[in-house]
Amino acid sequence: MPDVIEVTDLRRSYTGGFEAVSGVTFTVRRGELFALLGTNGAGKTSTLEVIEGLTVPSGGTVRVLGHDPYVDRAAVRPRTGVMLQAGGFPSDLTVGETAAMWAGTLSAPRPVDEALDMVGLAGRGDVTVKQLSGGERRRLDLALALLGRPEVLFLDEPTTGLDPESRRDTWRLVRDLLRDGTTVLLTTHYLDEAEELADRLAIMHRGRIVRTGTVADIVATQPSTITFDRPDPTSSPPLPELPGALVVDDSQDVVIHTDMLQRSLTELLEWARDHGVELHGLSARSASLEQAFLAVAAEHEPRTPQTEEVPA
Amino acid sequence: MTTLTATRRRPKRPQRPRRAKGGARRVAALARAELRLLVRNRTAMFTALALPIAMVGLLRMSGTGDDAAAGVGATMTAMMIGFVLLFVVYYNLVSAYVGRREELVLKRLRVGEASDAEILTGTALPSLILALVQTVLMTLGVAMTIGFDSPVNLLLVFVALVGGSIVFVLLAAASTAFTKNVETAQVSTLPVLMVCMPLSGMMFPLSQWPDAVADVARFLPLTPVVDLVNLGLSGVSVDGSVVDFAASFEAAMMPVAVLVAWIGVGVWAQRRWFRWEPRG
Repeated sequence: MPDVIEVTDLRRSYTGGFEAVSGVTFTVRRGELFALLGTNGAGKTSTLEVIEGLTVPSGGTVRVLGHDPYVDRAAVRPRTGVMLQAGGFPSDLTVGETAAMWAGTLSAPRPVDEALDMVGLAGRGDVTVKQLSGGERRRLDLALALLGRPEVLFLDEPTTGLDPESRRDTWRLVRDLLRDGTTVLLTTHYLDEAEELADRLAIMHRGRIVRTGTVADIVATQPSTITFDRPDPTSSPPLPELPGALVVDDSQDVVIHTDMLQRSLTELLEWARDHGVELHGLSARSASLEQAFLAVAAEHEPRTPQTEEVPA
Repeated sequence: MTTLTATRRRPKRPQRPRRAKGGARRVAALARAELRLLVRNRTAMFTALALPIAMVGLLRMSGTGDDAAAGVGATMTAMMIGFVLLFVVYYNLVSAYVGRREELVLKRLRVGEASDAEILTGTALPSLILALVQTVLMTLGVAMTIGFDSPVNLLLVFVALVGGSIVFVLLAAASTAFTKNVETAQVSTLPVLMVCMPLSGMMFPLSQWPDAVADVARFLPLTPVVDLVNLGLSGVSVDGSVVDFAASFEAAMMPVAVLVAWIGVGVWAQRRWFRWEPRG
């Protein structure tokens, strides 16, 4: 089965020459949730808007369900649902009127009440859009995206501005949709959202994809970390050589970055037992998505002198 | 009115009648929402109601009854159609398109199933219906105060209304390119309004201008509408001669050609300059 979304060497430049997307390639398989993760300005929305068919790319190709989403708009749109980053609703219409208008433009819409109920806006149908809170507007936008029973759903930062409870509700709704076979392409700058929902993800930085894979794949690119309070140097021998590990020893803590957590930890503990050293505040943990994410930003920034690493 | 004609004519490709039917349904859904917004917009509603009332009042004051010269009813009607096209169609729609653009509504609609033409048409439809209702009301007002001679060629009046509506919808869409927000629409629409009002023959005959000015004015967008209404209602042609039904077609060729040319210009300008979302 062909991939639902195929993006090949996508580029997007704005008038004035700024290139927001500089050669992005990825595919989204049927039924999975693919997340584009990145800081503000990384090019997530610029990428998504081209895939949604709002504009033509300045380079590369996009296929959605086998079609060019801009040229073959009439073929693609009945099968996709889009939640833009900022909702576009006339502020003087009510929630119900807005949803009814949208439903009137769709080939096979669900009942308006059902869509509003899915996002927890049942009973808010008579409220005008300008009276809604920011979070309610996001949920109305989601309701419109779901009205057409889409096979492919685009969600641009769907939970920005939502309270924690609404975020959980939205995640639950997205998981239900995935279970029913919907394919989802989502952008977010929330790491927990990507960790919670994504089957696969790509981390974008300055218009490029710098990491891609499952959460586990991406986390595996980062070393695990062992930390403990620095033992008193007058009473304990120097730390052992730990193969494959980088030891950062500042005045307070010792931090060990290692690609072989179990081996490094075993050697450390054996050394401590043999020399009778008590390791206070000992912790050992695998890398997190957050760590991988921050590392991406750090390795692409010019090095700042304040984080000096001293090998032991 | 224009729109319904356009959508009805569309199934020239009979293999896809469902698409055309869906198109009419989508336009209707968008038009319904836009009509709600128009009714809730107090300024637009005030203009909509005040314009015909003021017009009829004006007619009552200047009403000359039985002494009316030939073609006065036609001239009055042409003037009112000019006002309606400029203010109810053109000015209203510049505001509506810019308003929807700045609220990101147009962008939102473009990720849905409606085509660009359907979005623009659906937004324009309530203003066009309002324009039609006002035209009918004010024509009745003229009929009751001044009265008409029997019209020479009503088809030409119909062409003027349909063609004029299309031209000013397209000019409204094109004018959004230099209109930053709804407030500045009051200023950005002035060039078209200020040029068309004195130079279309709607307020006084073009023959009152020097020949050179009048010759150029023939090619402005509102002039052929006024010419066709005068021609269709009273048979007074562009050069001032009075023609009968048969001769009116030949006399209409030039204004119709200008109107068609403006539709071409409008389509081109809309495609070239219309922006679907606010400047970033």
